[in-house]
Amino acid sequence: MSQRQVLQVFEQYQKARTQFVQMVAELATRPQNIETLQNAGVMSLLRPLLLDVVPTIQQTAALALGRLANYNDDLAEAVVKGDILPQLVYSLAEQNRFYKKAAAFVLRAVGKHSPQLAQAIVDCGALDTLVICLEDFDPGVKEAAAWALGYIARHNAELSQAVVDAGAVPLLVLCIQEPEIALKRIAASALSDISKHSPELAQTVVDAGAIAHLAQMILNPDSKLKRQVLSALSQIAKHSVDLAEMVVEAEIFPVVLTCLKDKDEYVKKNASTLIREIAKHTPELSQLIVNAGGVAAVIDCIGSCKGNIRLPGIMMLGYVAAHSENLAMAVIISKGVPQLSVCLSEEPEDHIKAAAAWALGQIGRHTPEHARAVAVTNTLPVLLSLYMSTESSEDLQVKSKKAIKSILQKCTYLPALEPFLYDAPPNILKHVVGQFSKVLPHDSKARRLFVTSGGLKKVQEIKAEPGSLLQEYINSINNCYPEEIVRYYSPGYSDTLLQRVDSYQPLTH
Amino acid sequence: MATLVRLQARSKFVAQQYYFRNSVVDIFRKKEYDAAVKIQSWFRGCQVRAYIRNLHRVATIIQKWWRSYSGRQEYQLIVKFASCAMKMNLYNAMAVRIQRRWRGYRIRKYCFNYFYLKEYLKAVSETNDAIREALEEFAEMKEREEKKADLEREEKKRDYQARKTHYLLSTKQIPGIYNSPFRKDPDPWELRLQKAKPLTYQRSKVKQKRCISLSSWLACTSARSFPRSEILPPIDRKQCQGPFRDITEVLEQRYKPLEPTLWVAEPISELKVAREEFRRQEWMRDVNDNMISKLYYHHLISSQSTENYIQKLDKLSKDFIEEGEKQA
Repeated sequence: MSQRQVLQVFEQYQKARTQFVQMVAELATRPQNIETLQNAGVMSLLRPLLLDVVPTIQQTAALALGRLANYNDDLAEAVVKGDILPQLVYSLAEQNRFYKKAAAFVLRAVGKHSPQLAQAIVDCGALDTLVICLEDFDPGVKEAAAWALGYIARHNAELSQAVVDAGAVPLLVLCIQEPEIALKRIAASALSDISKHSPELAQTVVDAGAIAHLAQMILNPDSKLKRQVLSALSQIAKHSVDLAEMVVEAEIFPVVLTCLKDKDEYVKKNASTLIREIAKHTPELSQLIVNAGGVAAVIDCIGSCKGNIRLPGIMMLGYVAAHSENLAMAVIISKGVPQLSVCLSEEPEDHIKAAAAWALGQIGRHTPEHARAVAVTNTLPVLLSLYMSTESSEDLQVKSKKAIKSILQKCTYLPALEPFLYDAPPNILKHVVGQFSKVLPHDSKARRLFVTSGGLKKVQEIKAEPGSLLQEYINSINNCYPEEIVRYYSPGYSDTLLQRVDSYQPLTH
Repeated sequence: MATLVRLQARSKFVAQQYYFRNSVVDIFRKKEYDAAVKIQSWFRGCQVRAYIRNLHRVATIIQKWWRSYSGRQEYQLIVKFASCAMKMNLYNAMAVRIQRRWRGYRIRKYCFNYFYLKEYLKAVSETNDAIREALEEFAEMKEREEKKADLEREEKKRDYQARKTHYLLSTKQIPGIYNSPFRKDPDPWELRLQKAKPLTYQRSKVKQKRCISLSSWLACTSARSFPRSEILPPIDRKQCQGPFRDITEVLEQRYKPLEPTLWVAEPISELKVAREEFRRQEWMRDVNDNMISKLYYHHLISSQSTENYIQKLDKLSKDFIEEGEKQA
């Protein structure tokens, strides 16, 4: 009898603990409760429950801790300060899979906030146990461990190096090959976080054979997986030419171009980021992309998105056009320039406009044909207005000025140049007049058009210091015309004529 | 003496006459003198002029011959230079022709082939068009697939609804809701109800099995994933019925100390040779053998050592063979 009563006391206590821990875990899912929980001192109460005899209570306590630490970094710091981490790490090695999942969740929640907290996790030796969890058979445990490792490696290169030194990379590559989609996603995201910091880390990831598997997964229909895979490949490819070549050798073209037509915006963005990182390095890689039809696909992708999603595509066109004039001509015949000018005028954000201006400058700066192709679409006035407007950011102003200058120095398409005579500031006017002085001596039709459209009149009105370059240009323009015409259009000619009328004595017979 | 007187009387006359005749002749003398001077000067002048004329004629001849000589010299020089210049111009023109051809040839063959560039750009634009078409097709295909999947989902939902509400079917006596007598044809829902098979009780239980793949950690770590029970099992319980292993054995295995595996112990990427080896074996590397993992998923909880793996494998294979034998 009494034995049963004694045991009943124990049972009640166990029931009370279980209920407490489950309620706390449920309350911790809602952010508004967490403040109250924190003030009530939940951390110190949960800590001994982690060492409880009953495994269920341990697991639920760990889950509750994880949710609390996930919410903000003060709580995560409290977890670290409360010396909970070594206990978690120790029991990670031993307990069942539910506990492992919960403990890995806590580590992830603590490690995601700042590099110092992640360093604290590394310091208590969690990396080795997490890597051991990566070998576990339960995919949920692998996923939790991979997620934790990914968040730790995200912050900076030293932490990434620590994760790599613990031997995580080959196991992550094995995780990518698993059939569960969620595990693949997390493993791909972890590899992306590891390889983004430095070329050596990216090389380690490549040496583990990640590229082939990542390239195969581009064909997977799941869009979140595609996001992570494309992000991982672009982080690998961005560091050096060799890495980019290795990514290209995995035969991602033209499969990657299908990702540019995906419904998910971020898949498009990451795909165009990947293509941009590859195109940026050398002209040969850009040529490869152009030969595979990548430029057309990117241009269509730019046309179908709005906002920040467009930005990597725009930059990719700029990089391709920057390498050589043949590639710039390839961009022009793929109808890139109208699209870019649409971006330039439509987009509200300054940095996207700046990127579009830069890309147009790279396209138009090579030869007169290129400049003509850019000028025909009427983008030059837009660029000028962006340069002159006071609301544009400094970066936008600098980029549009450079673009205008580089295009104008090659532009021989006079109908586009004429509006510039009227509203350009003096430093740009110099280039415009210079271009006129180069074209007009050789083309008689252009000369006639220049006079009839009022350009000659405007040129006469320009005040230039004698001996300056501008004056020389004006002189060479004036030399193309007979003197009477020049005098006719010079300012104040009507006044001189009237004076002559005043001073004329009519002949009286 | 008479003569003297006569002379003396005449002397005045003679003096006068002498004087007179001399003075008269004086005038004539000057005139004649002047005339003689004039004639002589004129004649001398003529002489000198003739002489000078001769001299002029001779000097002209000399100059003429000299000038013609020097002019011919100059002319020859000019002709020489002109011919040289003409020849040089000819050579230059010919050289320019050769150079022009050569330069054009060289540029076109070795440096920049305009036609090749045109061809290349044409090929690029053709590839672009092909890619654009292919991508359009791909997008359309995706949309169609999505629509199909949506339709199928809708269809399944409607089917399930019909199966759940099968009791609304009309009978011979009572027309159902969807089969009003005032309508010409029964509602299409009626036809669906006719085709639907009613749900059985077991279906609801089967549906509650939870799916293993986790889309979001927080979503799945709800209370459902953890074994939760209202009433905990009593602490001192009898041996559970069934072919379970001894509890001490189980706990022993569960809390076995960690023995790191080969994967963790041996560093993989230490040597460059090992790297090369790895790369070569890349294509031969297997994905985890799924059958084994499925077997373990149900039986194994946390054990890590390789011996245990092998033991369990042996045990399981033995069980499998025994079962097979039993069935046979």
